[in-house]
Amino acid sequence: MSEFLLGAAFFLLITVAGGLVRVVLGPDQADKMMAAQLLSSGGIAILLIVGVGLQLEGAIDVALVVALLAAFAAVAFVKGTSQAGTGDPEAVGVDQLTTLRQDAPQGRPDSP
Amino acid sequence: MTAALDAITVVFVLAGCFFFLAGNVGLLRFPDTLTRLHALTKADNLGLGLVVIGLMPRMDHPLSALKLLLVWALGMLAAATVGQLIARSVLRRGLPIWKGPQ
Amino acid sequence: MTAFPLLDPALCFVILTTAVLAVAIRTVFAAVVSFIVFGLLMAIAWVRLGAVDVALTEAAIGAGLTGVLLLSTVARIAKHRADRGDDVPILEGPEPDPAPTDPLPGLATQSLAIVLSAAVAAALVAAVALLPVPAPGLVAEVGSRLSETGVESPVTAVLLAYRGYDTLLEIVVLLFALLGVWSLTADARWGGQPGLRHLARPDGVMAYLGRLLPPIGLLVGVYLFWIGGYRPGGAFQAGTVLAAVWLLAVMAGLVPIPKVSGIRLRLALVIGPAVFLAIGLAGYPLHGAFLGYPPAIAKVLIILIEAGLTISIATILGLLVAGAPEERPS
Repeated sequence: MSEFLLGAAFFLLITVAGGLVRVVLGPDQADKMMAAQLLSSGGIAILLIVGVGLQLEGAIDVALVVALLAAFAAVAFVKGTSQAGTGDPEAVGVDQLTTLRQDAPQGRPDSP
Repeated sequence: MTAALDAITVVFVLAGCFFFLAGNVGLLRFPDTLTRLHALTKADNLGLGLVVIGLMPRMDHPLSALKLLLVWALGMLAAATVGQLIARSVLRRGLPIWKGPQ
Repeated sequence: MTAFPLLDPALCFVILTTAVLAVAIRTVFAAVVSFIVFGLLMAIAWVRLGAVDVALTEAAIGAGLTGVLLLSTVARIAKHRADRGDDVPILEGPEPDPAPTDPLPGLATQSLAIVLSAAVAAALVAAVALLPVPAPGLVAEVGSRLSETGVESPVTAVLLAYRGYDTLLEIVVLLFALLGVWSLTADARWGGQPGLRHLARPDGVMAYLGRLLPPIGLLVGVYLFWIGGYRPGGAFQAGTVLAAVWLLAVMAGLVPIPKVSGIRLRLALVIGPAVFLAIGLAGYPLHGAFLGYPPAIAKVLIILIEAGLTISIATILGLLVAGAPEERPS
């Protein structure tokens, strides 16, 4: 079973490492940030699997800490994109969302 | 009994790996930031959840299994929040948005 | 122990890739993201090596605080450039290459740098290659005398009993680092709140996360502090988690960072070193040496020190990320 779990961890590592392509290519900083997000949730899974595979109980605590702090980097990034650098990260009007819906092509389930 | 638990672990961990793969393919192949965000924040948390379910029978203590569930819950909370915040930042900055196949 | 043979090479390869990306990539933002990923992968590597204590610290520092610190720094630099009138958009699109400031050093200097780097690398490789098997160390001694310290985690025993001096001086170094950051404050702003004021809509997702996560983080922090006595965990990991969730509540605009002149803040900063010093000095009458713990109450003393350290480390790390005071005291 240990072999299977470490093999699964290997597969996950290779899979989420593919996301590093987005760190290089972007195009937007949001895409680069999302690659880090993918590696963070994939990393949590890898930590859990390796911890069980190697019978290291403490690995779950490491995964717990990573999961607790998983949103932090992205929150700091989104805050940084606001005008003051520390402003409201959600200062987008409802009207912008509505415009987006109206622009959506016909046939999409959420189009009016 | 052990064989059945092992089977649960194998099936769910493999399914989890599949959804991580799907999330990553989405991140690499989808046409704009919002669609990529959609693929990422949903698929990989499903993957994490399946991995957690697969590992739960291997815990020595029920409380450790609960801790695994807490890890998943925190992962979902992070993904849901990050998805909202990044999507709003994409809209606010007026990044190009995919309008469907030409 | 059997192990899947490809996992370790793959881990090494991905870690090296992110490390090279963090140094070589052309935009600051991508370099910072690579560095965050690097920290996360290092945590996995430490778990793979069985060093869960180190992995916990790496996860809390790398995934939590360093990422926030570096990303807000990138945002500040972009804003600073924009304020100065450089034609740089704030965090939109690819960043332009920074203008070259200094001419490249001459060929002789470059060659010397290459030779010196190669020599250092070769010396390190030789040192590792020549290590006797098993490696020299005090592992057996620590293991055989662990019961005298009253704690069951060998790492905690080394940090707080056998190497108590080091840990005491480390927390003092952290305190000095904070004084260094504070010394950058403009005179008129001294005594005000550290960092810029944070805003977020009170009914938004950000504020929701800021309300939901800190209680869980508090629980996880106390848990890490408590298991430090018998398993990987302890004051530093706990303090880092507490600092991170405190900063999250600050970023969500829910709580202001206290003024640097506040008496409670100052107390929180020094309680760790103060308790540590007091118990260390009490070692003279009680056990005949500085930091000598009488075996009967060793565990209680170590937990007291750890509790004080947790509070001080959380406060210091949070304030280090928040930065120098930028609001005038009202």
